[in-house]
Amino acid sequence: MSGMAFFIDTTVCTACRGCQIACKQWNQLPATQTENWGSCQNPKDLSFDTYKLVRFQEGETASGTPVWHFFPDQCRHCVEPPCKEAAGDEAPGGIIIDELTGAVLYTDKLKKAKAKAVIDACPFNIPRAQEKTGYLAKCTMCVDRVHNGLLPACVKTCPTGAMNFGKREDMAALANKRLAEAKVKFPKAEVTGLDDLRVFYLLADKPSTYHKYAAVPATPRPMDRKMAMKKIGRSLKELSMEWRMANRLAG
Amino acid sequence: MEFTRRDFLKITGVSAAGAAVLGLGLDLRPIRSHAQTLKIRHAKETTSICCYCAVGCGLICSTGQAGAGKIINIEGDPDHPISQGALCAKGAALSQLVNNENRLTTPLYRAPNSAAWKEVSWDWAMGEIAKRIKRTRDAAFELKNDKGQAVNRTTAIASVGSAAMDNEECWIYQALLRALGLVYVEHQARLCHSSTVAALAESFGRGAMTNHWIDIRNADVILIMGSNAAENHPISFKWVTEAQKRGATLISVDPRFTRSSSKADIYAPLRVGTDIAFLGGMIKYILDNNLHFEEYVVNYTNASFIVAESFGFSEGLFTGYDDKKHSYDKSKWAFEMDDKGVPKKDPSFKHPRCVFNLLKEHYDRYTLRKVSDVTGTPEDKLAEVYKAYGATGKPDRSGTSMYAMGWTQHTVGVQYIRTMCMIQLLLGNMGIAGGGVNAMRGESNVQGSTDHALLFHILPGYLPAPPASTGTLSAYNEKFTPKSNDPRSANWWQNRPKYMVNLLKSLFGDKATTENDFGFGWLPRLDDGKSYSWLDLFDVMYQGKIKGFFAWGQNPACSGANSNKTRKAMARLDWMVNVNIFDNETGSFWKGPGMNPKDVKTEVFMLPAAVSVEKEGSVTNSGRWMQWRYEGTRPMGGSRSDGDIIIELGLRMKELYAKGGTFPEPIRNLKWDYLTDNRYDPHKVAKEINGCWLKDKTIGEVTYKAGSLVPGFALLQADGSTSSGNWIYAGSYTDKGNMAARRGLEDGPNGIGLYPDFAWCWPVNRRILYNRASCDPKGAPYNPKRWVVKWDADAKKWIGDVPDGPWPPLQNPDGSPNEAGRHPFIMTKEGFGQIFGPGLNDGPFPEHYEPLECPVEKNLFGKQRMNPAAPVYKAETDAYASCDPRFPFVATTFRLTEHWQTGLMTRPQPWLLEAQPQMFVELDEELAKMKGISNGERVKVSSARGSVECTAVVTQRLKALTVAGNKVHQVGMPWHFGWRWPENGKEESANLLTPSTGDANTRIPETKAFMVNVAKI
Repeated sequence: MSGMAFFIDTTVCTACRGCQIACKQWNQLPATQTENWGSCQNPKDLSFDTYKLVRFQEGETASGTPVWHFFPDQCRHCVEPPCKEAAGDEAPGGIIIDELTGAVLYTDKLKKAKAKAVIDACPFNIPRAQEKTGYLAKCTMCVDRVHNGLLPACVKTCPTGAMNFGKREDMAALANKRLAEAKVKFPKAEVTGLDDLRVFYLLADKPSTYHKYAAVPATPRPMDRKMAMKKIGRSLKELSMEWRMANRLAG
Repeated sequence: MEFTRRDFLKITGVSAAGAAVLGLGLDLRPIRSHAQTLKIRHAKETTSICCYCAVGCGLICSTGQAGAGKIINIEGDPDHPISQGALCAKGAALSQLVNNENRLTTPLYRAPNSAAWKEVSWDWAMGEIAKRIKRTRDAAFELKNDKGQAVNRTTAIASVGSAAMDNEECWIYQALLRALGLVYVEHQARLCHSSTVAALAESFGRGAMTNHWIDIRNADVILIMGSNAAENHPISFKWVTEAQKRGATLISVDPRFTRSSSKADIYAPLRVGTDIAFLGGMIKYILDNNLHFEEYVVNYTNASFIVAESFGFSEGLFTGYDDKKHSYDKSKWAFEMDDKGVPKKDPSFKHPRCVFNLLKEHYDRYTLRKVSDVTGTPEDKLAEVYKAYGATGKPDRSGTSMYAMGWTQHTVGVQYIRTMCMIQLLLGNMGIAGGGVNAMRGESNVQGSTDHALLFHILPGYLPAPPASTGTLSAYNEKFTPKSNDPRSANWWQNRPKYMVNLLKSLFGDKATTENDFGFGWLPRLDDGKSYSWLDLFDVMYQGKIKGFFAWGQNPACSGANSNKTRKAMARLDWMVNVNIFDNETGSFWKGPGMNPKDVKTEVFMLPAAVSVEKEGSVTNSGRWMQWRYEGTRPMGGSRSDGDIIIELGLRMKELYAKGGTFPEPIRNLKWDYLTDNRYDPHKVAKEINGCWLKDKTIGEVTYKAGSLVPGFALLQADGSTSSGNWIYAGSYTDKGNMAARRGLEDGPNGIGLYPDFAWCWPVNRRILYNRASCDPKGAPYNPKRWVVKWDADAKKWIGDVPDGPWPPLQNPDGSPNEAGRHPFIMTKEGFGQIFGPGLNDGPFPEHYEPLECPVEKNLFGKQRMNPAAPVYKAETDAYASCDPRFPFVATTFRLTEHWQTGLMTRPQPWLLEAQPQMFVELDEELAKMKGISNGERVKVSSARGSVECTAVVTQRLKALTVAGNKVHQVGMPWHFGWRWPENGKEESANLLTPSTGDANTRIPETKAFMVNVAKI
């Protein structure tokens, strides 16, 4: 399982939101209308125009000391993306996997798929549709930058080492190393995503203390029959087309 | 795993088709993505420094070939040693500051009583402004004051701004203002760190951050108190995190649990306005537990000095207090001198009146119980903080203090900082790697604008502004040149007369001669003992005595305390010149809330300024690094750089005064040759600031040619053969080149992150101040693992950082005194770090006083409730309410990562406004319940001076504290908002609530502690 991955170390994230804005800047995504809803977290949620969002979650220790968790949320670039499965036959080439990086990319062919099906398939609640058109968008892993030798915009701008990017195996090693270090201060610390994602989070506490969709729920979403069939019976034609496209794109 | 840009390129190779992946994407994005690929491969890249806070992060600006060199991307510079490619939310949004449809692009004029702006030409605007300056100046020019002393000034024109300008622009601006005779010259530095300058100068000799950003990584314990570095100096956390990964302990002491607190190992809450009590308790803890670094305290601080018998303290007052004048006779706090005129010392600390014992006695009252009663911090939390921080008193342990406005903006702001200075001296944390008292400055060039003295009380290089009693240069030198009789005190300020002559030569060039006292008489004079500070300026303006006003790169309608008073004061002006990037609450005050344009006579000229990446020049960051910025693109539309505007204004004034006028000499004689090809040339000014030889001169064996640049301040001459616009910058632009533009990435021999070849820092590229104190008296580092300097006995010189003075160690290898040695704190008169500070207006030891507005009837430490020497203003808008049931909650103001200062450079930016869209107030859950307020609803916060509508943020991060048995609720508000942006006009400034009182020494307003009520709307 080669390609690239992010390692997001929330134990050193200060929620400066450089990543959130750098994402907007690089991708030239427009600002959305927001209002203060009683939180620093704004926009309130991901959207068609917001691929990256730092989520803020307050809490308290048993002794009453406040805790404030920050969760830089983004597409996990699943190794076997359920959204791709869900888009399926209706929209061939709608979701592709970049061969060089493993980035999961949405293309304009995706408009043929049912947006809701794609959205519902994501265990992390990431894809968002444009209201008028039904187009879907999310983090692209800044493949344009990565293919040109640059770090993703969010990683480049991070001051503390919360956002990391590199070869998947290197990121996994870094995640494990940081987990061992973090356990001293945070006994409940865990790393998520090592098995099947391209975004690994180091969390100081239970995922639910960060965000509802921080990690895959303990009971996985049941895969419906249609999806299961598709997973098993991926047509050779589809695979070969995807391979050709990715190959061409990677130059 | 880390990638630099270049490494990554090698690993992945360049894929021409890369962007086509996104090219398969959505609606308009293919076109944008395509442009971005071109940007990477064909754009012109220039480096710059971020224009927001004073961390001084590096930028790479990409300018496209198409579209007349438009900026198409700005991101972090990976080859910058402080930021290493990182940028916070504001820095990451910088391209939107440049390419912003809300920017001003043409001069605007608002006629008296008019309800609208009119677009005007630059030529017309500048001509009219020059005429008004002359008319107002000449009509009210004061040649003599009431005492008959020559003062040569106008008090009818005032200026505020700007830390947003480059060093070179600041220097020419102050030169022009002083030539015009202005004394009401102020800017952001008064409001943010004026108390820092006074406190650090009194304690150590210089008024600046002692260490620098990267050095934070060397600390074993980091105390973030009086600041919120993660939010306000976000990239500093790169180095805090680095230290923590190495095992450092991070302590956060703050009334609110902030983003900084979220990363801390120890968090302690406290009541707003009680930090001296908190830190006084730490002094007691250190002394009670013998945690101080004795050898250091004996050798390098004035702890052994004997204080005169006339010093005393009782019931909250030091000796010498004059009840009527609200001031002290400081001569009561003098040191006892021996027959040679050197302070008497007792290194054994047995003398009852040695500073060490007086210190013990003074803080004996600061017990855990009492401190807890005052601060509301639980006793166990106090002890935990004291223990952790006190552990840095060991020779090989370091503790650093990171502070900002939470300490500075109080009636006792200077003394807050002094308390920490004393702790650092006791623990031997000054001059060392990972130590220091680190004032985190908040504007990209506020250090530089302070150094270049856009302040009423100083001239460039911290030369006191001349008072009326100093009619001649010799009288000035007599008054302001300190004398020490200790042969081992360097007493560096004995050179002050030289620096003054060099400044005068820079200001007036050939016209400054020995015969005319170098033009010293042309400088405007202050009345002795009178303050012309920010609060005074607006108080006098409110009284209608100021007619003309420059708000240059500053937004006083939102930034000053009691902004309602400021706004009303501006309505009493005849004219105002407002120079800015965006229309703001100041320039448009006449149509703001509560104003009827028909009733406002003030004429307003609004001039559009360029953004930082549209011009060239240097800025000085908090760590004193002077960094050069290049012009990435030309100013947008009709906007112009501040430098161009200032130069033209100066030329026009010269033209007018060539024809005649009152006291025209300083204007006619002002040296003003800073143009190249008819455009302002920052290099010419930078060279002037550095200084040059005006005549051929041979010193020793070296001959310096007229016209060559001086290599450093040690060579500045008193006879007029050199000039230097600011002596502390001598060495910044020499015949070797522009030192601020250096990009060397090799670390020094000590490997502590000094990066001596990157940029340049004052003084003389010394990265850690007072660094000889990091060594024992023989010159060996106390901490060999993280040494800063050490004495090389064979080479007979210090190695490592540039030593703070070249002299050999105080002791020979056998322990005998070396008479050639000099004490390490060379900028203080006697050469010692001052635990006892006899020069401040409100006492030599900090004492806890309550803020002007507070929730307690009594100060538990003494009868005196508030600082007895602090100013209180009495205009009808200066209302105060302490212990008043109408305003039962303690309030403070704060800043956010996503906005900056009054928000003027962030609120008109859609991405940043999206992230923090509205004014809000944070309040604890219990208070919210009591008031029936739910999270996210709009509420009204009011003080004795005004009210502001806010969104309620009900949070677990604030909790009521128990203060002397009573429950105290605290609320906090950001002060980034103002009615002009967002354009709905509903978000207002927290400074409508804050009181116009200030510190006893510097009159920095007390905007961090006041009382309010919160109510549902």
